[in-house]
Amino acid sequence: MKKKLLLLSGCAGVLLLSGCANVKPWERSTLADYTMRADRDPLTISLSEHMWFSREAASGGRGVGGGGCGCN
Amino acid sequence: MNMSLTKKSLLAGALALCVCATSAFAGGKTLKVGDTLPDFSTFQLEGKLPADFKGKVILLDFWASWCGPCKESFPVMEDLHKKYGEKGFVILAVNVDETSEAMKDFLKEHKASFTIVHDKSKKLVGTANISSMPTSFMLDKEGKIAAVHKGFHGKDTIKQYEAEIEKLLSTEVAKK
Repeated sequence: MKKKLLLLSGCAGVLLLSGCANVKPWERSTLADYTMRADRDPLTISLSEHMWFSREAASGGRGVGGGGCGCN
Repeated sequence: MNMSLTKKSLLAGALALCVCATSAFAGGKTLKVGDTLPDFSTFQLEGKLPADFKGKVILLDFWASWCGPCKESFPVMEDLHKKYGEKGFVILAVNVDETSEAMKDFLKEHKASFTIVHDKSKKLVGTANISSMPTSFMLDKEGKIAAVHKGFHGKDTIKQYEAEIEKLLSTEVAKK
């Protein structure tokens, strides 16, 4: 029973992991859309920054890779 | 050497993770300097290709309407086309937008007199397997890739383009 469970979880792991995909540079039209930008609304950004700073006594460190055109 | 089942499973899992990660992020073969592109007519490109590319220096440029640097490169390519077009230089701008409508909308605002085709099937861009947008290939008179330009970097790229075009146009093709 334990063996089967391990085998099943192993298979599920392989199936789930194979869902990873590499987006080619020419397939980034949706990512390049304005609505995908994390910094599209300066007011929201400044408010979030203020809340973050007040709560955590830390600022900066915003922004992650992944969105955007990825050009140049 | 008597590994427990849990250890074996963990090892198999780690191996599967490595295999999956490798296959997901593998870049594949990218065209490089010295390579020759297959005949453009075999890629089912939408749009009219020039009748004969033989003996011409070609700038093969991959672009999209959503790509900022591509917009910057358009007036530059237009200038190059006007400057060197009659001397045997051809620009083939390959659009990789999802739809040809997006390309047409872009071209309404950014007029261009050089050749523009739409790679709907993504066969040509898939063969070139470019690593950034835009990417352009400078092909010599024999159809071999003489230079690869990743991205468009304003004056630096313009200088490189002009130097390459002038050098390649002045190079005689060896008679076979």
